[in-house]
Amino acid sequence: MAPSSDVLWDMHSKMLLLRRFEEKAGQAYGIKKIQGFCHLYIGQEAVAVGANAALKRNDYMLTGYRDHGHALVRGGDPGMLMAELFGRSTGYSKGKGGSMHMIDVEHHFYGGYGIVGGQIPLAAGMAFASKYRSEDRVTMCFFGDAAANQGAFHETLNMAAKWKLPVIYVVENNRYGMGTDIARVSAEPEMHKRAAAFRMRGETVDGMDVLKVYDAVIDAAEWCRAGKGPVLLEAHTYRFRGHSMSDAATYRTKDEVEGEKRNDPILKLRAHLVKEKLFSEAKLDAEDERVKKVCEDAIAFADGSPEPSLDELFTDMEVRPGDLDVRPRERVLGATDVTWPKYPSGQELKVTWDLEPREPAPKKGAA
Amino acid sequence: MASLSFREALNQALAEEMERDANVFLMGEEVARYNGAYKVSAGLLDKFGSARVVDAPISELGFAGLGVGAAMVGLRPVIEMMTWNFAILAMDQIVNNAAKIRHMSGGQLRCPIVVRGPNGAGGRLSSQHSQALEAHYVHIPGLKVVAPSTPADAKGLLKSAIRDDNPVMMFEGELLYGTTGEVPDGEHLVPIGSADIKRPGSDVTLITWSRMLSAVVLPAAEALANEGIDAEVVDLRTLKPLDEATVLASVHKTHRAVIIEEGWPWASVGASVSDLISREAFDSLDAPVARVNGLDINMAYAANLERATLPSVERVVAAAKEVLYR
Repeated sequence: MAPSSDVLWDMHSKMLLLRRFEEKAGQAYGIKKIQGFCHLYIGQEAVAVGANAALKRNDYMLTGYRDHGHALVRGGDPGMLMAELFGRSTGYSKGKGGSMHMIDVEHHFYGGYGIVGGQIPLAAGMAFASKYRSEDRVTMCFFGDAAANQGAFHETLNMAAKWKLPVIYVVENNRYGMGTDIARVSAEPEMHKRAAAFRMRGETVDGMDVLKVYDAVIDAAEWCRAGKGPVLLEAHTYRFRGHSMSDAATYRTKDEVEGEKRNDPILKLRAHLVKEKLFSEAKLDAEDERVKKVCEDAIAFADGSPEPSLDELFTDMEVRPGDLDVRPRERVLGATDVTWPKYPSGQELKVTWDLEPREPAPKKGAA
Repeated sequence: MASLSFREALNQALAEEMERDANVFLMGEEVARYNGAYKVSAGLLDKFGSARVVDAPISELGFAGLGVGAAMVGLRPVIEMMTWNFAILAMDQIVNNAAKIRHMSGGQLRCPIVVRGPNGAGGRLSSQHSQALEAHYVHIPGLKVVAPSTPADAKGLLKSAIRDDNPVMMFEGELLYGTTGEVPDGEHLVPIGSADIKRPGSDVTLITWSRMLSAVVLPAAEALANEGIDAEVVDLRTLKPLDEATVLASVHKTHRAVIIEEGWPWASVGASVSDLISREAFDSLDAPVARVNGLDINMAYAANLERATLPSVERVVAAAKEVLYR
């Protein structure tokens, strides 16, 4: 089913937002406004944008540390995300997380993790919770090709498949784990094939084509929502910059990178929109200007924000009885329209899901 | 009051909390159909069904992480580790996710997970299966650590741990499951962060937790009493946050302290408690703080070597006399 023109417009805008935001973040890093690690998503926009467009608002999403794009696509406030990158008090995590730990619970974006593959079991747990509460909800978890070599990947896919957890695992295969070609360190570099070890559905998709990603996720989400189990979706993509801002990327040739840039997902969608006469070039250009302004405003907001107070050193360490969760947009922007996850109380909840029949399997030789 | 075994007390705590709050579920190896490797979860599968009592594959990292994720979205998992030796495999999820998610998210998320299981020597199991590892977790900001020594404390602390919205690590003594004790009837909760005077006294403070209490420290206190030495026994119960007030009040009273723990001596819980006492009660001390630990070696299988490795009544009595200059 082809996406509507509204959805197409939104996907184009979103990819532009991710691209212009990351370009600004790269510049800010260059003048030391952002420090530490900063992993840019430039080139991979179609994966997060196409996938998000195919999901529902209240589906859960997690990823690793290349997370700025995912946080933005879910609807995170660009100013507050940039402020988090700058380590200011107006950031989503009060400046305590930084680039690798963008978290926006209001928009069901659960991070943002620094340990490669650390988010993989978490996603299974969130899918487990959804199934436990009989929710109509899918969890989507992104990670890189190299993360699929972590033990956590294998342990988790086994459980997710066995228990038919409603989780879609998206491998953003950009062919490199930091500086190492994935084929050099993987006996089976075609990641989607690893799903077969768990009798799990494994698919591939062209991750540079936002429409193909969209279709693949529509299909995978339908499968999950029908209770058929998890899906491993391998999206072939490419990052146009290095692994992080500190990476000189000598392990890839200039020719290779320039070749891949001809596959730019934003230009590809733009060409499609123009060819199908859905939107004029002028309109698309104007949107780019608007998005650039949003990103400039984000930089200004971040740069004008204070560092966290030293009083914050000891906060967010322990939940005391009666403590509420922090709602970032309320705290920072005084927003009054923040919706927050609400879970049924333990008295109201009815758990109707049984993993296995209650009677144990009959012993061999029993009558 | 009823006389219950340590495992029965834990079983009751689990059943009561699972009854009270349907968000609570138990996951671990052998917890469901096998009724628990140490029978702590006996009968729970029949009562609550296989979504709430889940047999996990042998994937400690995987199912610990699954528990953390479920806790982040409002469930209250109890993750059973068959022993804390095996939980080392899960340390990344506990240390890097459970302990840090609230802070990394700037207070948006919480992780109300309980990770529990047996700890310490199990009786001639050799080095990989005999470790007392509470020091690893006490070291990590963002975790709470409890170590009950009696059935009543086990029940009360597990209930409190399940109701606590922070990640709580519960260290049970592997050889404690069969020990018995009086457990109050009705709703019995022991607050996290409170130590207990298991034997009031005036001459010397003996500080301990978990299996060492009943196996070695209380018998040592009786032996000391026969020699006219009146020992006060402080059971920490919670290792983090530590009940500093109770510990220091006792030392201010007796002027002498011995810390007895099963674990190795270097960078242990006892090392920090000793530091606390030396700094905060220096003027009350009439002798340096003494410590009795498992020897700083790997545990052997041979019965005599294991006996010699673990703290003994004799070593505790000797340490108490040492600080009394007797």
